[in-house]
Amino acid sequence: MQTSRRDFLKTMGTLTIGFTLPSWVPEADELPGSLQRDPRIRAWLEILENGQIRVFTGKMELGQGIRTAVAQVAAEELSLPLSQVEVVMADTDRTPDESYTAGSASIENSAMAVRYAAAAARQKLLELAAKQWRKPVEELQFAAGTIRWKNKQISWKELLNGKQLQDEVRGNVALKPKGQYQLVGKPMPRPEINRMVRAETWFIQDLRLPGMVHARMVRPPSYGARLEKLDESAVRKQIPGIQKVVVQGSLVGVIATEEFQAMQAQWTLQESVRWTDVQPLPTGTALVSYLKSLPARIERVHEKGQPTGPTTIKAQYYKPYLMHGSIGPSCAIAWYQKGTLRVWSHSQGVFPLRETLHRLLKLPLDRIHVIGMAGSGCYGHNGADDVAAEAAWLAMAYPEHPIRLQWSRDEEHAWEPYGSAMILEAEARLSTAGRIEQWNYTLWSDTYTARPGGDPANLLLARYLDPPIPKKPASSINGGTIRNSEPYYNIPDIAVDAHQFEGPLRVSSLRALGAFGNVFAIESFMDELAEKARKDPFEFRIMHLEDERAIAVLRRLQELIQNERIKPKEGVGIAFARYKNTAAYCAVAARVRVTGNQIKVMNLWSVIDAGEVINPDGLKNQTEGGLIQAASWTLKEQVQFDAQQITSRDWVSYPIFLMSEIPEVEVVVIDRPQEPVLGAGEAVQGPTAAALANALYRASGKRVRDLPLIPAKLKN
Amino acid sequence: MEATLHLRVNGQSHRLTVDPATPLLYVLRNQLQLNGPKYGCGLQQCGACMVLLDGKAQPSCLIAVETVQKQEITTLEGIAQGTQLHPVQQAFIDEQAAQCGYCLNGMILSAVSLLKENPKPDEAAIREGLERVLCRCGTQSRILRAVKRASH
Repeated sequence: MQTSRRDFLKTMGTLTIGFTLPSWVPEADELPGSLQRDPRIRAWLEILENGQIRVFTGKMELGQGIRTAVAQVAAEELSLPLSQVEVVMADTDRTPDESYTAGSASIENSAMAVRYAAAAARQKLLELAAKQWRKPVEELQFAAGTIRWKNKQISWKELLNGKQLQDEVRGNVALKPKGQYQLVGKPMPRPEINRMVRAETWFIQDLRLPGMVHARMVRPPSYGARLEKLDESAVRKQIPGIQKVVVQGSLVGVIATEEFQAMQAQWTLQESVRWTDVQPLPTGTALVSYLKSLPARIERVHEKGQPTGPTTIKAQYYKPYLMHGSIGPSCAIAWYQKGTLRVWSHSQGVFPLRETLHRLLKLPLDRIHVIGMAGSGCYGHNGADDVAAEAAWLAMAYPEHPIRLQWSRDEEHAWEPYGSAMILEAEARLSTAGRIEQWNYTLWSDTYTARPGGDPANLLLARYLDPPIPKKPASSINGGTIRNSEPYYNIPDIAVDAHQFEGPLRVSSLRALGAFGNVFAIESFMDELAEKARKDPFEFRIMHLEDERAIAVLRRLQELIQNERIKPKEGVGIAFARYKNTAAYCAVAARVRVTGNQIKVMNLWSVIDAGEVINPDGLKNQTEGGLIQAASWTLKEQVQFDAQQITSRDWVSYPIFLMSEIPEVEVVVIDRPQEPVLGAGEAVQGPTAAALANALYRASGKRVRDLPLIPAKLKN
Repeated sequence: MEATLHLRVNGQSHRLTVDPATPLLYVLRNQLQLNGPKYGCGLQQCGACMVLLDGKAQPSCLIAVETVQKQEITTLEGIAQGTQLHPVQQAFIDEQAAQCGYCLNGMILSAVSLLKENPKPDEAAIREGLERVLCRCGTQSRILRAVKRASH
């Protein structure tokens, strides 16, 4: 299905250029994006009484600006101003099921579904008017809210007569010619920013329901510790307002009238509860050796030619465990009322969450309603699903009250599923002309995909229930782990081997998944090879590339930085990747200064080609943010632990970039309006890490292959 | 444990019955139903809970409500003049200086506090003024531009 969709998207490009080409009649499985999940027009949009439209998307707004992009494509096809489009997002009772908002796929899947549904609606409205007036469609004029023929005019509302369009998106969908676009491809401000600066209700944390009570969880000291003793009377005596202490197996929650009471109860219980003393985490051996020694599923995930010859240069890279580190810890509200459970959540997937709750709580699906609300940026699978499931579990134990469960900073830091540590070994052989003849690459990593996806075993609480819900071992190498493990370069003989272990820390999807580590390794190694081949890093990459668009982002980057004066103790490094090898093209340059005991990022530049761009400012914002976030990962971050527990438990023990460390950033977008849209939100992270390591090498003469790039590693 | 306290918030007086040890943040959010100050860490490390105390930006997550009864408390809700946004709020819209937006409260109030003391800060002063506020989306470059714009 993946392939057929991609092929279709390629076709779509030519179709929309022409517009006069013979009409395209899609097969059901060739509908663009999420239309394959639901082809009904009314699943994606409703025409309102006042001539405005309401668009439905199963995707969540995570700060990436998808709400605005979806509104833009709908408004464009229906010739409406942006203000006339309302967007309803991620609600199991209202929107289509689009699974997770992940993988930089929302423009490709959701916005394209809405674009085609809106174009089909426009066409249907024209047909209705043509039928009513007995005029050919070609003589009618389509305008905001109305259709005209000479002096006659009829509103969409009159045409529909109180109904919604009942048709499915099928055959002959004529998109608006791109040359006539008024909104798509132009920078559009995000209306929710107006609400945020005014502190209007926007975040789930701002939702207050009548009679709402406050809950907190009580966590064990370690992964796998079991509850031995809990004395409820002490907390009831000391703290007023306690409504219920809920205990099942080793899962403990407390519900109180006031939030501060719930917090005090959490602290008090935390002090008094006794847990088994376990030491589940490895110390003593260096983590790299330990991870490599773990039992692993081993697969050759890519092979080309005959990668069996000797290699002449070899290097090993390391990417530590990283955390999502949302600024607002996870939060959920759950209310079990008259046999129906409602859950407000900032999960990236309200439908998979509903399925997961259905299996966890044994409630029928139609008795669970999950409503998406914005949270703090998540950058992947953070505590959102866990807190929602815990709130739902509490709500079932304390029915008829809306229960607000807020994780603390300590809980978010210590219990979220991290992005796995990775060990990446690259070796290659160069020809006498300085070309790469053979490339062998081996990676060691835990999985990058452990979202609940309907399975409660992936929830944090699953480990502490009695009996615990056992986690199924991975049945295959995870696609996220090996993301971008195959170089995008033209090399005759290539082998990529993956070792997937089950590591000591809880893991799942963190932005860019395995591509962050893989691109860091591949693009660091490309620089090492370029030096060995005595080639300029730009030219060395370009001589191994065939894709013109890949070459174009590198050439544009070269122009962008060619007049930069590099001062002493500074270095500039570059890197390139095409995300997933099928999504956006991205080249990054970094300028680093090394002084005394300090590594400072001075500048980051990026050139990105994401095909047709819906909202250029949205794409820029995502890419600027990606540069800065990835620079913080690269220079400062690693999750640390002792034998008993995670020790990265706040912003002091897990520091991230401060305002004083933010470099100058510049992003150039190459817009290709006639090309298909390409996912872009995770394109820049991998290249950023490698560009920084390459720049650090030029500034200091020291090749650092272990992240984070900290000054201590510059000493031998 | 509860006591009757008096607070001045956004120019209005409030008489509240709360546990006087409650950190100001929770009183603002729960008793007064204000969205501006956000819970981020409860440790004064991230700035999400920033408020203005007598015009100066301060985290509200650890400070007991009973200790600020004599101070003028201003939240993000209170910096506009009627429908006229504060120049810093307007600048954040003009620069589209948000991704998820969770840090905006701390960023905007720190900037308001800074510009009151130093109406023409240079870049280093702006960075210093916002140093206590963490942003994870990486929107800082836009936020710096927004504060510069507001200071012009």
